[in-house]
Amino acid sequence: MTPVFCIVALFTLAGGLAAVTLKNTVHCALALTVALAGLALFFLRLDAQFVGFAQILIYIGAVAILVVFAILLTRSSEPEASGGIVSSRWLAGVIIAAAVFAVLGWAILRSAPALAHESAAPAVTVHQIGTALMGRYVLPLEIVALLLTSALIGAVIVAMHENGSAK
Amino acid sequence: MIEKLDQVFILLRDWLVQFLPADWQAIAATVLNVIAIIAVFPTLFAIVTVMERKGLGRMQNRFGPNRVGPFGLFQPVADGIKALTKEDVVPLCADTVVHFLAPLVLVVAVFMGFSVLPMGRNMVLADMDAGLLFFFAMGASTELSVFMAGWSSRNKYSLLGAMRAVAQMISYEVPLLMSSLAAVMTAGSLSLSRIVDAQNRYTFGLPHWYVFTPWGFAGLVLFSIAAMAETNRSPFDLPEGESEIVAGYFTEYSGFKFALFFLGEYVGMFSIAGLGATLFLGGWSAPLAILKWVPSWIWFFGKLMVAMCLFIWIRGTMPRLRQDQLMNFAWKFVIPMTLVNLLVAALWRFIGPGWTRWVVCWAILIGVYVLMGETILRKRHLGPRSYRYAE
Amino acid sequence: MNPLPGYLLVAALLFAIGLAGALTRRNAILVLIGIELMLNAANLNLIAFWRYGPHPEALTGFLFAIFSIAVAAAEAAVGLGLVISIHRHLRTTDIDAMNRMKG
Repeated sequence: MTPVFCIVALFTLAGGLAAVTLKNTVHCALALTVALAGLALFFLRLDAQFVGFAQILIYIGAVAILVVFAILLTRSSEPEASGGIVSSRWLAGVIIAAAVFAVLGWAILRSAPALAHESAAPAVTVHQIGTALMGRYVLPLEIVALLLTSALIGAVIVAMHENGSAK
Repeated sequence: MIEKLDQVFILLRDWLVQFLPADWQAIAATVLNVIAIIAVFPTLFAIVTVMERKGLGRMQNRFGPNRVGPFGLFQPVADGIKALTKEDVVPLCADTVVHFLAPLVLVVAVFMGFSVLPMGRNMVLADMDAGLLFFFAMGASTELSVFMAGWSSRNKYSLLGAMRAVAQMISYEVPLLMSSLAAVMTAGSLSLSRIVDAQNRYTFGLPHWYVFTPWGFAGLVLFSIAAMAETNRSPFDLPEGESEIVAGYFTEYSGFKFALFFLGEYVGMFSIAGLGATLFLGGWSAPLAILKWVPSWIWFFGKLMVAMCLFIWIRGTMPRLRQDQLMNFAWKFVIPMTLVNLLVAALWRFIGPGWTRWVVCWAILIGVYVLMGETILRKRHLGPRSYRYAE
Repeated sequence: MNPLPGYLLVAALLFAIGLAGALTRRNAILVLIGIELMLNAANLNLIAFWRYGPHPEALTGFLFAIFSIAVAAAEAAVGLGLVISIHRHLRTTDIDAMNRMKG
């Protein structure tokens, strides 16, 4: 538990917590980007440079922008009108989440002593990633390509006007 | 001597650093590198603003700034003092925190992009293996700051400008990335310094720059179009279209924060022009083998300034596009062209040396270009425009 | 000491936060934000296990995370497209109001 780890963890968790609790929806989306940036820092700390940069490029550059666009297009940036913060739904949700965290935390702490000692940092070059993607993982890569294409077309069709004219 | 001149900044840094204890030297070297970047590019920004105002003035048959200092050369100083001493007005209803953070996020993200650009031989702050990916990741973060600025101002012009800017930047980021991929494919690396090394070879005294190949030339043109749109430059400056939406997303900014936006915009232009020069124009390598004795950083900054002049020239020449034209141009012309260009780059690689690949690649590129131009021209509906309103 | 449990705990906490958000909020976009947080927590787990696992050179968890990011991007695009489409029909993004199959 180095200080850097603690700061990044605090940053990420605070962002995540703000993303699900803030009243203003746009603030939630911005808090989400804070959490995502924190995760990207985690990836960098874990020697996964490529994933960290891809995380920033895809999540902050695309997904967060999509979310704010959706918020503005649906005009839901006004705080939602709900009766009181402690409703039965809120209580149930928090209890379930707490239970899930308790189970996960218990499992992690139980299995911690069984872990081996810290291993050396693996040096991953972009070349290795490319070779793996084009070799052993070529089928998943193709499937992801298909999935992304169909998602692109699907998103356009779903969001399109029904009287035939686009956007 | 010439070797020394080429590496003068590196040597200067190492000489300064040696006075420190050994543990501190690495950190101090990095800090000095960062300071150099933070000092050089704003200076360049000052030079380019006066250049732009004078150049545009000449193109519009007027003088441009000519009152402060000789030939108006100290105009940026006066502008800077004015920006710093102005009152910082924040709208009453603005979202203060987000309003404050937006220019900071923009400037930080823009400056981060320079850390992977090789500005001369051995002159790169962080030679990352995934350098290009880092550059684009930082470029993507600026979009969010633009949105933050527009939304937090609680002004409909700001919001409209931000929405325009974000839609435009997202649309043109795709061709920007895909036109760079052609160079990455040929060089076989995402590291920008290795891309420069791949181009720093000479046959018959001529360099192996990618711009001298069919796909490189098309790639550079497509990259420049996308770069102009990405930096919200004219003719793609709808996000700041003064005649429609005041000043777009930074309408409600004043004083120092406005200066930061202005700085961010220009520094973003430098970084993207630097990337274009690195990917297609050989970065810091000399244009002729006999000119190799000229220090490498002169070539990099020379190419940067040429790109800036091109930007200014285009700004003085082209009228602003309409939003639907902008989007149609991106999705129906530029992106398909970059895809074809990627294919051509692959063909270039696999046909191998010889004249066949020149003929085949040029034929495909020109054929597709002519065909697409024909289709777009035929589909153009001339006549009264039908308006559609957002709901 | 092996730092893996630290990362796993952070990921579990983030997952729980995302889950709580997805269960308690009524705005469909905020539910999606919660789901994104959960997916990202899973990614952190994948990378942490890859880094401290027995065979980091095989790149399994690393590439799994890359694929997961790609799939999450597709999910966000389609999900937000659906939200916009529903908003056009029902004029709301409240998931409690989306209880009819008829448009």
